[in-house]
Amino acid sequence: MDPTAMQLVLAAIVVLPLLGALAALFPAPPGLKGKNPDQAVLRHGVTVTGAVFALSVVLAAGFDYGADGPATMQAESDVSWIPALGIRIHLGVDGVSLPLLVLTALLTFLCAVYGYFVMPAGPSPRAFVALLLVLEGGMLATFAVLNLLLFFLAFEMVLIPMYFLIARWGGAGRGAAAWKFILYTLLGSVVMLLGLLLVGFQGGTFDMVALATDNGAGLTHTTQLVAVLAIGIGLAVKTPMWPLHSWLPDAHTSAPTVGSVLLAGVLLKMGTYGFVRVLLPIAPDGMETYAPYLAAFGVTGILYGSLACLALARTGARGDLKRLIAYSSVGHMGFVLLGISTLTPTGVNGALFANIAHGLITGLLFFLVGALKERTGTTDLDALAGRTGAALYGSAPRLGALVAFGAVASLGLPGLAGFWGEMLAMFAAYDPAAGLPRPAYLVFMAVAGFGTLLTAAYLLVVVRRVCMGDRTDDRPALGDVRRYEIAAWSPLVTLTVLAGLWPAALLGLTDPAVQKLLAGGS
Amino acid sequence: MTYAHAAAAPAGGTADTVLAESVVQSVDWLAVAPPTIVAVAAVALLVADLFVPERAKHLLGWSAVAALALSLLALLPLLDGDRGTFCLTDDPNVCSYTADRFALVVQLLVLAGALLAALLSVHDVRATKLPAGEFWFLLLASAAGAALLPAARDLATLVIALEVASLPAFALVGLRRGDRLSSEAALKFFLSSVTATAVMLLGISFVYAAGGSLHLARLADGLATAPEQLETLAAAGVVLTLVGFAFKTAAVPFHFWVPDTYVGAPIPVAAYLSVVGKAVGFSGLILVTVLAFPAYDHVWGPAIAVLAALTMTAGNVAALRQRADAPHSAVRLLAWSSVAQAGYLLVPIAAAAYADEPERAVGATLAYALMYGVVNLGAFAVVAAVGAKGGRGGRVTDYRGLASTRLPVALALAFFLINLAGLPPGIIGLFAKVTVLGAAVDAGLGWLAVVMAANVVVGLYYYLRWTALLFRPAAPAAEPPAVRTALAAPLRGAIGLTAALGIALSGAPQLVLRFAGEALL
Repeated sequence: MDPTAMQLVLAAIVVLPLLGALAALFPAPPGLKGKNPDQAVLRHGVTVTGAVFALSVVLAAGFDYGADGPATMQAESDVSWIPALGIRIHLGVDGVSLPLLVLTALLTFLCAVYGYFVMPAGPSPRAFVALLLVLEGGMLATFAVLNLLLFFLAFEMVLIPMYFLIARWGGAGRGAAAWKFILYTLLGSVVMLLGLLLVGFQGGTFDMVALATDNGAGLTHTTQLVAVLAIGIGLAVKTPMWPLHSWLPDAHTSAPTVGSVLLAGVLLKMGTYGFVRVLLPIAPDGMETYAPYLAAFGVTGILYGSLACLALARTGARGDLKRLIAYSSVGHMGFVLLGISTLTPTGVNGALFANIAHGLITGLLFFLVGALKERTGTTDLDALAGRTGAALYGSAPRLGALVAFGAVASLGLPGLAGFWGEMLAMFAAYDPAAGLPRPAYLVFMAVAGFGTLLTAAYLLVVVRRVCMGDRTDDRPALGDVRRYEIAAWSPLVTLTVLAGLWPAALLGLTDPAVQKLLAGGS
Repeated sequence: MTYAHAAAAPAGGTADTVLAESVVQSVDWLAVAPPTIVAVAAVALLVADLFVPERAKHLLGWSAVAALALSLLALLPLLDGDRGTFCLTDDPNVCSYTADRFALVVQLLVLAGALLAALLSVHDVRATKLPAGEFWFLLLASAAGAALLPAARDLATLVIALEVASLPAFALVGLRRGDRLSSEAALKFFLSSVTATAVMLLGISFVYAAGGSLHLARLADGLATAPEQLETLAAAGVVLTLVGFAFKTAAVPFHFWVPDTYVGAPIPVAAYLSVVGKAVGFSGLILVTVLAFPAYDHVWGPAIAVLAALTMTAGNVAALRQRADAPHSAVRLLAWSSVAQAGYLLVPIAAAAYADEPERAVGATLAYALMYGVVNLGAFAVVAAVGAKGGRGGRVTDYRGLASTRLPVALALAFFLINLAGLPPGIIGLFAKVTVLGAAVDAGLGWLAVVMAANVVVGLYYYLRWTALLFRPAAPAAEPPAVRTALAAPLRGAIGLTAALGIALSGAPQLVLRFAGEALL
């Protein structure tokens, strides 16, 4: 496609949600009033996110998939914004950011569709739609900008809408959970900002492409160490890496369905994306020093997450399903961190793959749990399961099947999306980059492998307790999957299967870009 | 004034005035117009107060606003280039009044700040029955002094400008008759300020003795070539001179007057002091350090750096300890926050001592001050608006649930506070801080950058706590909610204006950040 058109498409993807958010605050124009103002504004949300998703598909279609294509920045625009600080509005996509961009646009669109039919209980839909669109703008900008300070701005932009989504439309304990969420991530990102400033001032530019091309040449070893530590903490809070994860379960438990889906599906990815986009190419020496620790924390997260989930899944533990999925996210993100920390193309590709897979699968799981909560009024596993099990297979077979599908996808069944990323991450840990302590990585690999077993265990327990069980007559009948739910969920199911059967499509996209990032832009 | 004997020569003097020109200075009235308009208006309003009937008194306020707006317009013709006036007759390059870019930027800040404070006062003066004529005279007189100061290029004019800006401020603080808190605040402010001035005058006399001139440019040469035995005297003079300006900026250890004074003063006056008073302090500091004392940058550089670190830390710690439910805690919190912000303002000045081009380094202070001026006045405007309505104690906890009753006001306050904290979406606040940090890093003051970064993090806590409070559901009301009435138009105008400016600057930060890294002096 014409480069100028591509530029415009990418710029529109970033700007359109923000304009849409602004427009949502005004009354609908005549002709678009709909049945009532609430319906009109919700429909406005669907329209805008739909348009953005369509644009992202156009962007993906116009993307050059040639031999060198995914490794080069495409649809690049570079406009001066604040010359005094050398900050330019530099946008572009390559093989690393394109899948994340499309995933974000897709998930937000699905959330808007879902929200159109099931508006979460809370104040006005007007604010809900506006916040959702601001959130989308921030998420998309994070993956599209190529300037460190813009990256920070975009990274921060998602906080406020997500805070309000949790605090206003959330469930029990939402106030405290939202406050914890914003405080944690804010403190993390302030530390990150200091690291970004250090890199910018020492490296002489805030441009990520230029810094990646330097590949750390302009930064002293000490600077790199400090920068990786500072930026890494900010990213690790967002990812979240054990032991900085404790905001996540609370936030997920209290967030409305739409918030949970986007939190798990996209927001967590911003952290790992930062590791790949910022830290790997810009401060390679620093990363090499910290990589084993990162791997150790990641692997601890895998174990910790799955053990926490096992504990929550036990009978009588009064485990909350949303909380359980949140902890499982900690484990899954542990695999992503392990993949990144091997500093090999295999590992980073695996990490990026696991990123996308987790976005699809966990997004689906949160949708399903939201639907379950809407039908039964609870996400408490004990309350759901009763004595023998919730018997979803019997009462709502399609819903039950979907839950089982989500669970087995999440545990990494070969043939589904969850498998490849984690397999590649462990595979890379068997043979990490030169200079990294191989024995330690072998241990990490073994522990991660054990983690997959535990993951399988708790997910199967969940399937047994939610989907199976005696069908007793005193239970109210549950409605099965509705039409709009099929619309919102089927893209996720399809993509999960597709990515599982044809991983090369995604890996072929990320691999050239990853090779280039690891080799320093050359 | 220094040039009390100088008479205005007719513009475009003819050949027969050649003799007169050797002793008589010509005055560039255009260059001095901004402070002059304000000063003339001050006197005019004081006189007019005698003749205006009671019911038309509010016109005085609007006239003051108009005078300030006019003086802002008078800045426009000066943009084309540097102008000097009251120059030495034997050396036209040494002037006492220079309208260069630095002076214009600070005058813009000061006059616009005074304009906003005046807008806030229009309502307040009527509501609290302050004596209108005196109030507007004092406010404009102080603004005239503040506008004169950044253009002053000799120590005598500087001191006079500083005092013209300060003396009316004491009276403004104490203007609420019969209010014990108000008069106590004024007395505290007055006594500590006078002490600082006395110390500064002593310092100036030392410097004058060592350098042999009051003109900043000549003083710089004089100090650089001063005999060696005078070095201690000169160094002592340099440090003592800084005291007066440090007091105005409310730098540690001259900051104790701030919270009590702000609480005791009418809120618009506190807003005025927090922005214009500080602008007076730091612009004086920049003038004497960069223009007059470059030879002693090894003395004032570390001194200001330490002062900056202590000021921001002390301000932030005190703000952190401020209880949200104590009486007047909103103004107190803003007072302590203004102390902390003063610390950030001092950082680039300290960096100037270490930079190759000190004129460029201080630009970051101006950029930061412009940002701070807008958002701090905005925050005070909201406090004035909420305090004026509720009639309660002005505690931070009174702001709980403001978003549900007055959403636009709450959003504006949230935006201002987030800017002060330096977080997105307060983009201008963030980048102004980045600019200041950059100045410190460029000058090799890594430790100061680290201290500042730590302070910014501390600041986040109390700014965000207040911001979050705005969006909490309101506490179950013990008293029935007051009948919702519309805000007074001037208050709405002030809040709207500052919010619009803040948003515009967030979209185009270059508007103020271009002053950073530019040689303004």
